[in-house]
Amino acid sequence: MKVVIVGYGIGNLGAIPNMLQRLGVDAHISRDPATIRAADRLILPGVGAFDAAIRALHQYDLVPVLNERVQAGLPVLGLCLGMEIMASDSEEGTLPGLGWIPGRVVRLILPPGDALRIPHMGWNYITPLTDLPLLHELGERPRFYFAHSYHFAAASPDDVAATTTYGIPFASVIHHDNVTGIQFHPEKSHRFGLKLFENFLAP
Amino acid sequence: MIPVLLLDEDGMVKTVRYTDPTYVGDPVNVINLFNRFEVDEIALLNIRATVDGTAMPFALMEELASECWVPLSYGGGISNLEQVRQILGLGIEKVVLGTAAADQPELIRTVAETFGSQAVVVSVDAMQTRAGGYDVVVESATRYLGVDPVVYALRMAAMGAGEILLNAVHRDGTMAGYDLALIDVVSHAVDIPVIACGGAGDRRDLATPLLAGASAVGAGSLFVFQGRARSVLVNFPERGALEAMLEPALRHRAEAQAQVNTARSDSTTRPTPLSPRPG
Repeated sequence: MKVVIVGYGIGNLGAIPNMLQRLGVDAHISRDPATIRAADRLILPGVGAFDAAIRALHQYDLVPVLNERVQAGLPVLGLCLGMEIMASDSEEGTLPGLGWIPGRVVRLILPPGDALRIPHMGWNYITPLTDLPLLHELGERPRFYFAHSYHFAAASPDDVAATTTYGIPFASVIHHDNVTGIQFHPEKSHRFGLKLFENFLAP
Repeated sequence: MIPVLLLDEDGMVKTVRYTDPTYVGDPVNVINLFNRFEVDEIALLNIRATVDGTAMPFALMEELASECWVPLSYGGGISNLEQVRQILGLGIEKVVLGTAAADQPELIRTVAETFGSQAVVVSVDAMQTRAGGYDVVVESATRYLGVDPVVYALRMAAMGAGEILLNAVHRDGTMAGYDLALIDVVSHAVDIPVIACGGAGDRRDLATPLLAGASAVGAGSLFVFQGRARSVLVNFPERGALEAMLEPALRHRAEAQAQVNTARSDSTTRPTPLSPRPG
């Protein structure tokens, strides 16, 4: 199984291959189109701002190869900002997103008077809404580590696979055909993240 | 429940009252052990960087962030925004400000405004005085500030700290139990989460800071030593046992919170900021 983590930006992605290694998979961080084209699974990470991420993908000329693999039906998993850039666009920026899952990325707005803070940073629960294999066998109350200020407002409720509540309920997992995006960080969510990655790698 | 791990050059150590470091192990190995124990967060404090002015070990910190399967905080030797930017870029989730918070509290606000208050933890190191009161200390407890920890913690919260890491220095490494009186007064004074640290000697101690008002509990010796002989053995309670141990304290806190919510006529049911941090 060839797993490629698309390395197009700043930040330390080391925790992702480290966790995959525990599952017996040698994942490579790469921005080489040929390496990406040969992958059996793609992971699209991301930290920072929406426009900066989209700009970097264009700068390294990765948008065509990513679109090609998505259209070919390859399982692609977006993490955090890597999920958000799958949308049509974002309130955070002016550039169009990859448009793989119809929807808009919007600022997390808490109800007035709420004591919670933005960014949403910390562990929180997810509630699966569909029978997505990615979320199988996570245990009774699956919880993950979040760090974000925006969330994915999917155009179709059918694309929302799980929600999380932080002041308001928001989509924490979105799924459309072979493309899945998760708002949280599985690589920082010990056994829950490990199981989620294992599900993603399942044949 | 947060293991607080001390970094001394390239080794992990544990101190007593911030002195006498005992070697505990190779940092990468220690982090790997805690990965398996499914702790929810790890704090890494560099005990030498501020005092000796040694450079922060960025390469090691990056390696540890890669090895770590849970959010990681780092403290020790941070004195400006550029360093914070660099540390967060290594894949570390939060920074802990100690001496810098005392000497240039405006740095807290700058970091909070740039990266969010959730990314900045302020360490409040309290030392019990001969008269029975407390004083805040910095630089690995070598400099006394002459300020009460409650007053100090309020000031730090007002500057934009996301959390307070409250250390009872006189209990550090003694395994004599938490200083619950200190935890009580500080936790009830500030409206941000307090992580109580210093003195855990028995797993039964772990619930006590929660009952005293702390939002989370940190421990060092308890998770790296075994027995009175302090033989090094990295350990952590199994999750089920931990939950059973903490359940009465968490229930007590939930009930207290429910009363507060009922008292507030305009409040609606919602998770408290503490709920995303089970355990």
